[in-house]
Amino acid sequence: MARAAVRGRLTWQIANVADAVDETARVRTLVLDVPDWTGHAAGQHLDVRLTAEDGYRAERSYSIASAPGEPVAITVERLDDGEVSPYLTEELRAGDELELRGPIGGYFVWEPEDGGPLLLVAGGSGIAPLRAILRHRGRTGSDVPVRLLCSSRTLPDVIYRAELDEPAPGVEVVQTLTREQPAGWTGYARRVDAALIGEVAWPAGENPLALVCGPTSFVETVADDLVGLGYPAPRVKTERFGATGGR
Amino acid sequence: MSFISRGFHGRRDDNVDPKRVPPGQYVTHDFPVLSAGPTPHTPLEEWTFSIVNGQERKTWTWDELRALPSEDVTVDIHCVTRWSKLDTAWRGVSVDTLLDEVEHDSPYVLAFSDGGYTTNLPIEDVSNGKAWVAFGYDGEPLDPEHGGPARLLVPHLYFWKSAKWVRGLELRDEDEPGFWETYGYHSYGDPWREQRYAGD
Repeated sequence: MARAAVRGRLTWQIANVADAVDETARVRTLVLDVPDWTGHAAGQHLDVRLTAEDGYRAERSYSIASAPGEPVAITVERLDDGEVSPYLTEELRAGDELELRGPIGGYFVWEPEDGGPLLLVAGGSGIAPLRAILRHRGRTGSDVPVRLLCSSRTLPDVIYRAELDEPAPGVEVVQTLTREQPAGWTGYARRVDAALIGEVAWPAGENPLALVCGPTSFVETVADDLVGLGYPAPRVKTERFGATGGR
Repeated sequence: MSFISRGFHGRRDDNVDPKRVPPGQYVTHDFPVLSAGPTPHTPLEEWTFSIVNGQERKTWTWDELRALPSEDVTVDIHCVTRWSKLDTAWRGVSVDTLLDEVEHDSPYVLAFSDGGYTTNLPIEDVSNGKAWVAFGYDGEPLDPEHGGPARLLVPHLYFWKSAKWVRGLELRDEDEPGFWETYGYHSYGDPWREQRYAGD
């Protein structure tokens, strides 16, 4: 149970920003060179600490968006009323240093031996830890069948769009665009609801494992719907973030 | 201590007394939700609260719990995910009132909840007016997503210790890590000492 538990004390360390990739107009992935990284499990997060010249500090947690063995990456959505996310998405650039510690958390994780079929459900930037899981599946050669349901506002808001457009064998990607759809859009065109979940989710009889990440109301809806479909609560793992500038 | 984040100035909240905000926290006016799985919905007629002491078990039904003396509590709460919320208003039964019904000399408790969640606490941290079984928030019944019908309220520790959907306390001679504590979170969780993770 404590498989991915934190080992020993987590100390702050200085990472170098190796690359900053714009995913959408409001979302940026920071690829980090972390000299003393001990490795992580797919789905874990890390803490970032910013320090101003007068010593004022702000800390936040971000899901790790890269697979174990890949360079550590976080994907950050800019929240206009946020304190940390505007800095990470607009000010920080390749060559800068960033103080962090991790990895943290051991429940919202997936290893190939956890099996599946796997249902991954992402609201907005909640896709970050699920992308780590998808990549981990690919890198380990797992053939666990995966359905990824991804909810975004508009097509240009879809994070990792190129990657999701060419899923690995055994991975089905289903998209819904809640606010605006391009001409000829063949995906879903509404907020995730019980009927949509019912169409996309693996039948409960196949003993699927679901990992759901997104804003609180989104996760609450999806998790309730999955329980309604017969998913046992322990087979529905959730990670939530409030719309408060928290993440 | 010497590290400076280039170009970071921060956004200090002048309306907040910094002495009320533990290190690494920021004040929010929302009420974010953090939980590891779906929200349980146990009907009140099936709900009970128990104190388990070895083979003994003292149990209250919902109506029995609500018939106990309750109090209004206004406290600041601090979540390990870094939000703090000041002056939150709760209604609940003091854990002292419940423990008074049980003969024991146990040094620890393990709180347990619907959905299998657990968290460990020293008994002194749930005694002497420091903890409540809370069923009201802001004058209303506590919402399920915030832990209703009832959650533990232990405001002087990080909020994961305030177990949502709490169904009882197991008295223990040994300190056994609960759910998040098993995954590397701090065993005690004092926000003023920033005890977020094991070893902090």
